[in-house]
Amino acid sequence: MERINDGTPVLWKGNEVIGEAAIIAGCRFYFGYPITPQNELPAYMALRLPKVGGTFIQAESEIAAINMVFGASAAGARVMTSSSSPGVSLKMEGISYLSGAELPAVVVNMMRGGPGLGNIAGAQGDYFQAVKGGGHGDYRCIVLAPSSVQELADLTVRAFDLADRYRMVVILLGDGFIGQMSEPIIMPKPSGQSFDKSAWTLTGAKGRDTHIIASMRLNPEDALEKLNLQLQAKYRDVAGREVLWEETEAADAEFLLAGFGLSARICRSAVSALRKEGIRAGLFRPITLWPFPEGALAKAAKSTKKLLVVEMNAGQMVEDVRLAVGSAVPVDFLGALGGITPGVDAIVERIRSYAR
Amino acid sequence: MSRGRPEINRERCKGCTLCVGACPEKIIAMSKDQFNRQGLPFAVCFDESRCTACMSCAIICPDSAITVLRFAAASGE
Amino acid sequence: MPVETAPARLVYKRPESLADVPNHYCPGCGHGIIHKLLAQCIDDLGIRETTVLVAPVGCSVLAYNYLRVDGCEAAHGRAPAVATGIKRVHPDRIVISYQGDGDLLAIGTAETIHTANRGERITVVFVNNAIYGMTGGQMAPTSLQAQKTKTSPYGRNPNDVGFPIRACELLNTLEAPVFIERCAVNSVKNVLRTKKALMKGLRNQVDGRGYSFIEVLSMCPTGWGLEPREAAAWIDSDMIPFFSLGNLRDR
Repeated sequence: MERINDGTPVLWKGNEVIGEAAIIAGCRFYFGYPITPQNELPAYMALRLPKVGGTFIQAESEIAAINMVFGASAAGARVMTSSSSPGVSLKMEGISYLSGAELPAVVVNMMRGGPGLGNIAGAQGDYFQAVKGGGHGDYRCIVLAPSSVQELADLTVRAFDLADRYRMVVILLGDGFIGQMSEPIIMPKPSGQSFDKSAWTLTGAKGRDTHIIASMRLNPEDALEKLNLQLQAKYRDVAGREVLWEETEAADAEFLLAGFGLSARICRSAVSALRKEGIRAGLFRPITLWPFPEGALAKAAKSTKKLLVVEMNAGQMVEDVRLAVGSAVPVDFLGALGGITPGVDAIVERIRSYAR
Repeated sequence: MSRGRPEINRERCKGCTLCVGACPEKIIAMSKDQFNRQGLPFAVCFDESRCTACMSCAIICPDSAITVLRFAAASGE
Repeated sequence: MPVETAPARLVYKRPESLADVPNHYCPGCGHGIIHKLLAQCIDDLGIRETTVLVAPVGCSVLAYNYLRVDGCEAAHGRAPAVATGIKRVHPDRIVISYQGDGDLLAIGTAETIHTANRGERITVVFVNNAIYGMTGGQMAPTSLQAQKTKTSPYGRNPNDVGFPIRACELLNTLEAPVFIERCAVNSVKNVLRTKKALMKGLRNQVDGRGYSFIEVLSMCPTGWGLEPREAAAWIDSDMIPFFSLGNLRDR
């Protein structure tokens, strides 16, 4: 299918635009496994990658896929895998290993209802898994939360640059609904950034000392401590530079909504509806869930009377919101569970109840 | 007439005795009352005159602790 | 005339691709022999600068410290998947997946079968010592019937936990692999045959011919509770009758 890339908006399906944006970003290796609701992405990569000289493998499992990512990244390639909640759980060991070995990778999670097998509707129940680390050990991933098909495309390109710049796993945390939606978008251009990986990649020890890619540090006794200190310093660096968020009518807001991804999009509609009624509502939407925009949120919340965090889970990001605002402002929560989306009316009514 | 000899690195030898078993001439034994810095007895070729330079000891050694020298044939043989 | 004045030639020494460092393996462990053979093959083929070794989880987790090639860690069982990723990015490099019996036939069974089934152009070296060495001697998928281990203290009971698995025969049901052979390192004769098999498996990669699998029966004196020479003999008396040596496929 021909697409126009001259700045004209073109209709793209969420799951597929991730693939095209990855290719624009220079990704030529994709390893994945089918799981609803992201199957359009591996199918798209299977079609497109051979046409651009890339490699697609449907691996035997999500575990095999993340380990193929480990190898390809160690070899110096831009590489991506994708899955949905239960499959991402399987990848947690691999993500911990990638983090300890400081390998760049992009992992896409189009969240679905959980826990367990759950259902195939979109949900937001994997915030903890992505942000607090579903795998073992002290590591962080950069977590990006798109709320539109345009953002899926833009953040995918950004993800590869972040992964290479910091040698980290970047998780693109979407949900089943955004993956299925089609919206007109402007395809992003390549960022033009490139990163020299020759100091550490596995290419064969020709004319140089051997390189070893490993997360294990057995000797001397403090070798693992040193690695961990190095990782923590890196994460502080990322937190100081890469925070992203968006505010909608927050400057004069009396009541501040907070949400990410799809629930933030629903909140934006609620803000419009409330403003029409004369209620000064605003929205704070973190785009990087890690690093979390705590400073910006505290600032935006300071002059408000109350916060309402809206999520499609039982209350995950709300914990980080509470940590960020402290006791300065009361924080309420509205959750939709099991793949149900929160209704604009329910959000509007909750804010109205504060105003009464 | 010796055809060669093994050189056994006593510090790399772990005393596993695989070379003792592998040697077809049975001329390797573990040291008695002598230990390397690991505290292990080490292999010693106690009769180099019978060494055929077959390399069996070096081939089986898991620690690459043995090198083998083969002598050139003596003139007239 | 003293023997010492005859000119001498060094006919056996440590291969260049084997690091000149002591290794941490137990006395009599087969890993040391197999590492040495791999190093000899890498020297003979001149591929030290183009080889990448994927190490397993197990006693040989530090294999990349002993072979002077680029080295990669892998999570337990996942070395073939990691090797797949590396080989797909650099098809002209020689990628070796070096694994033990837990890695290859327990947790990594899916990766083992599917990497072979896809015919990934790599060389898999399977070190079969019928036990889990690093973790202290637990039962392995290749532990023999009645073999006593830490987790089969009364002897492996096939009625309860089944029989040992023959990896070569299992993979021989797949279409793609080009080379499958089982050998051992318990005797000089077997060590020399193992070297030939490893050479074939690596040369297949140099020639771009497909997936090669070499299973090597190896001593674990510590795990088996036997002296090294007794362990070497146990391979002859107990392992080889169940795991027959020889080539199953050579295309």
